[in-house]
Amino acid sequence: MSRYKILGLIRLGRLSIPFVVALLAVFALLATSCGNDDDDGSGGRVDALGDGSLGIVTVAEGESIQIRSLNAISGPVAFLGLPNQRAIELAIADYGAVMGFSVDLGTPLDDLCSPEGGQAAAQTIVADEQVIGVIGTSCSGAAVAAAPLVTEAGMVMISPSNTSPALTSDFEGNAGANYSVGYYRTAHNDVVQGAAMANFVFSELGVDNAAAIHDGDPYTQGLAQAFRNSFEELGGTVSGFTGINKGDTDMVPALTEVAGGSPGALFFPIFQPEGDFIAGQAPTVSGLESTQLLAADGLLVDEFLALGDSEGMYFSGPDLRFGTNMNQSTGQNADQILAAYNQAHGEAPSAAFWGHSYDATTLLLDAIAAASWVEDGDLYIDRAGVRQHLNSVSGYRGITGTLSCDDFGDCASPKITIIHHESSAAIEASKNNVVYSYP
Amino acid sequence: MQLTTKQRTRVDWFLTVLRVIAFLVIGAGFLAFVAQAINSDNPFARWANPDAINLTGEQLQGLVVTGLAQGAMYGLIALGYSMVYGVLGFINFAHGEVFMVGAMTGAITSSKLAEAGYWESSFVLCLLLVVVLSMVVCTVTAVIMERVAYRPLRGKPRLIPLITSIGVSFFLQNCVLVLLGSTVKSYPDLPNWLTDKRTFLEIQGSKILVLVVAALAMAGLWYLVEKTKTGKAMRAVAEDAEIASLMGIDVNRIIVKTFAVGGAMAGVAGILWGLLFRSVVHTTGFLPGIKAFSSAVVGGIGNLGGSMAGGLTIGVAESLGPLMILEPLGVSGPSQLRDAVAFAVLIIVLLVRPSGIFGERLPSEERT
Repeated sequence: MSRYKILGLIRLGRLSIPFVVALLAVFALLATSCGNDDDDGSGGRVDALGDGSLGIVTVAEGESIQIRSLNAISGPVAFLGLPNQRAIELAIADYGAVMGFSVDLGTPLDDLCSPEGGQAAAQTIVADEQVIGVIGTSCSGAAVAAAPLVTEAGMVMISPSNTSPALTSDFEGNAGANYSVGYYRTAHNDVVQGAAMANFVFSELGVDNAAAIHDGDPYTQGLAQAFRNSFEELGGTVSGFTGINKGDTDMVPALTEVAGGSPGALFFPIFQPEGDFIAGQAPTVSGLESTQLLAADGLLVDEFLALGDSEGMYFSGPDLRFGTNMNQSTGQNADQILAAYNQAHGEAPSAAFWGHSYDATTLLLDAIAAASWVEDGDLYIDRAGVRQHLNSVSGYRGITGTLSCDDFGDCASPKITIIHHESSAAIEASKNNVVYSYP
Repeated sequence: MQLTTKQRTRVDWFLTVLRVIAFLVIGAGFLAFVAQAINSDNPFARWANPDAINLTGEQLQGLVVTGLAQGAMYGLIALGYSMVYGVLGFINFAHGEVFMVGAMTGAITSSKLAEAGYWESSFVLCLLLVVVLSMVVCTVTAVIMERVAYRPLRGKPRLIPLITSIGVSFFLQNCVLVLLGSTVKSYPDLPNWLTDKRTFLEIQGSKILVLVVAALAMAGLWYLVEKTKTGKAMRAVAEDAEIASLMGIDVNRIIVKTFAVGGAMAGVAGILWGLLFRSVVHTTGFLPGIKAFSSAVVGGIGNLGGSMAGGLTIGVAESLGPLMILEPLGVSGPSQLRDAVAFAVLIIVLLVRPSGIFGERLPSEERT
C-alpha cells in the first residue's frame, strides 16, 4: 500500500504546470455546465419544465424526436388498433415540427392485444433510449405488461383505447392494481362505462336484477365489475357474475349458472366469437328466454350486428358525436381528420378510438415542446418535464372533448352513449340510434 | 431387483392416493349437489358454498343435452384420430384443422346460398349440399395431407410423423388465415323448426339433429369397418401391415381410404358445429381437436365405439362438472374451469384404466 502511495506522490510531483492548468479549466467548465441545468444560465433552457430527475434526452441537430406507436395491428383485433395508428400518423403530420425538430414514429409496433405482445414490444421500445413517449396500447391486457416497462424507463405512455379501471384508478382515490406512474390515457375509464350501463338498465329499462359475464381479460373483467358495483350502488341486485374462457363455444353451463338468479338483463362486454355464442345460446337456456341482452363496444362491430341473434340488444360505447370540436394544437376538427383519413386509406376508421389517438398524440407533442429547449442547435428534452406537463393538463380542447388529467392519468372527457340495435339489416342506422347518454 | 419392487410399490401408493383424492373430491361435490337438489336449505348443501345456486330440472336437462351434442361432435372428430391411430399407430394432430376446414367450407357455401335466397326456400336440400361439399373438401384435404406429409415418412419412427402432423396443423390454420382472413365467419339464420324448442322433452331442434346425424354417421362407419371388404382390409392392416400386404392387400390404398373416411367424418362434424354454434374462425379447430384427441384416449384409442363413448363422456362432463361438482364445493367462476374439468376426466380415466374405457391392454412391446 505504501508503495502505491509513494508512486502516486512521485507522479504528482512530476506533473507539469500547463497540465494542472488544463485540469483546473476542465473542472471549471464542468462546474458551469452543471450550473446551467439548475438555473437559467447562458443556454436555451428558459422555461422548460422538469427537474432532470428522469434523465435528459439529447436530439442532435438534424435528427428527429422519437416517439412510438404500439397498437394491435394484426390478428383478429387489428380492426381496433389500425385506426389508432393511422390517426397518430395524421396527428404528427398535422402538428408539424416540435421546436423546429421533426417527429419520427419509427416502425409501428404491434401489441397483439395480449400481455405477451405488449411485453415484447415494450422491450423493443425501451432498448432505444431516444424514445420519449409511446401512444398505445390498444388493449388493456397488453398495457398491463407494457406500461411498467415503458414508464420505468422514464418514458411516458398515453393510451387511446385502454379502458380498464385497473390501469388508473377507481375515481375514488384508489390506484388500480396495474397503475404505473407515467401512464396516461385519453380513452374513458370503464368505471364510467359500467355506471352508464348500470344507470341505463336500472332507470331506463326498469330492471333491478341483472347478471354479467366476462371472459377473464382485464378489459372485460374490469367493465363487468364496474357494472356490478354501480348497479348495486343504485340499489339493484347482481344475481349472477361469472366468467368464460376465450375459445369456449358451449356457453350453456355459464348461462345456466347466471340463469339461477332469473336476471332481467344480462351484460356481456366481451368480443367475437364468444359473444356470438352467448347471444345465440342465451334464449335457449331455461330462465333466460326473455332476458334483455346487453354488450359493450367490443361487440359493436359489423360482423356481430349482422347476426340475427344480436337484434334487440343494447350496446354501450364512447360518444362519437364529436360535432365541431377542434383540436387546439392543430386546429383540425373531426370532419377534417376523417376526410384526411379517408383520402389516405380509402375507408372510414373501423373502430371508435381514432379521435382519442389523435388527441393523445397532440398531448404528447405539446408535452415534449413544453419540456425541451434548444442549445447550440441540439434539442434537449427533460423526461420529468414531459410528465409534469401531462400531469397539469387541464381544459385541453381536443377532438373528443375537453381533456383534463387526474392524479392517476385519466385524461378523457368521458361521455358514454347507449345505442339500440333494432335490425340486423340496417347496421348503420343502429349505430346512430342513441337512446341514452351518460353523464 | 428388490429396489425396483420397492419403487414400484411407492409409485403404486402414490397413484392410489391420487385416485382416492380424485374420487373424494368428486364424491363430496356431487353429494353436496344432490343434497341441495333434495332440499335447498340442507346444511350439507350449504357447507362449502353458502351461495350455491339450485339448478332446476329443466336447466339440468339443458346441460345434459348440450353436453351430449357437444360430445357427439368430439366423438365424430375422435373417430378420425382413432382410425388413423389404429392403422398407422401415430396421432394425426392436424385432424382438428381438417374439421375446421369443413366448418369453414360450410360457412362460406351456406352464406352464399343464403345470399341467393335458396337457404330459406329449400333448407333441407341446401343443408345436404353443404354437408356433401364439406365432406368432399375435408376428404380431399385429408388425402392430400397423407400423400404429401405422411407417406414419405412411412416406416420412420412414430415420433417423426407425429411432429410433422403438428406442422401440418399450423400450416392448415395459417392457410385459412391468409386465404379467408381473421374475421369471424357466420352461418346464416336457421329455420324456426331447428332453433325452437321441440315439444319432445323441450330440446332444441338443432341439438336433436346433431345427435341423430352423429348416430347415423357412427352406424355407417360401423357398417363400413365391420361388414364390408374395405373394412376387413382396414382391420387386417391395423392388425399387421406386413402380413396384410402378403395377403394381397394394397396397404397404401387402405391407408388413403382410412384418411378419407376420417376426413369425411370431420366434415360432417364441421357442419354440425356450424349448425350448433354458427360462428367459425381459423382457430376453431384447435381446442375441439385436443378435446377429441382426449376423447379418443378416454374411450381407448383405436376403438371406434370407444371414441364416441369418450366424446360423449367428455362432453357431458365438461358441461355438468362445473355446476354439479365445482360450484357446490365453493369454487368461484366454475364455468371458466370447464376445460380443466375435461382434461381432469382424461387424467382420472387414465389413472383408473390406463388403456381407456374400452381399450385393450397391449403387451409392452407393442405399446411404444
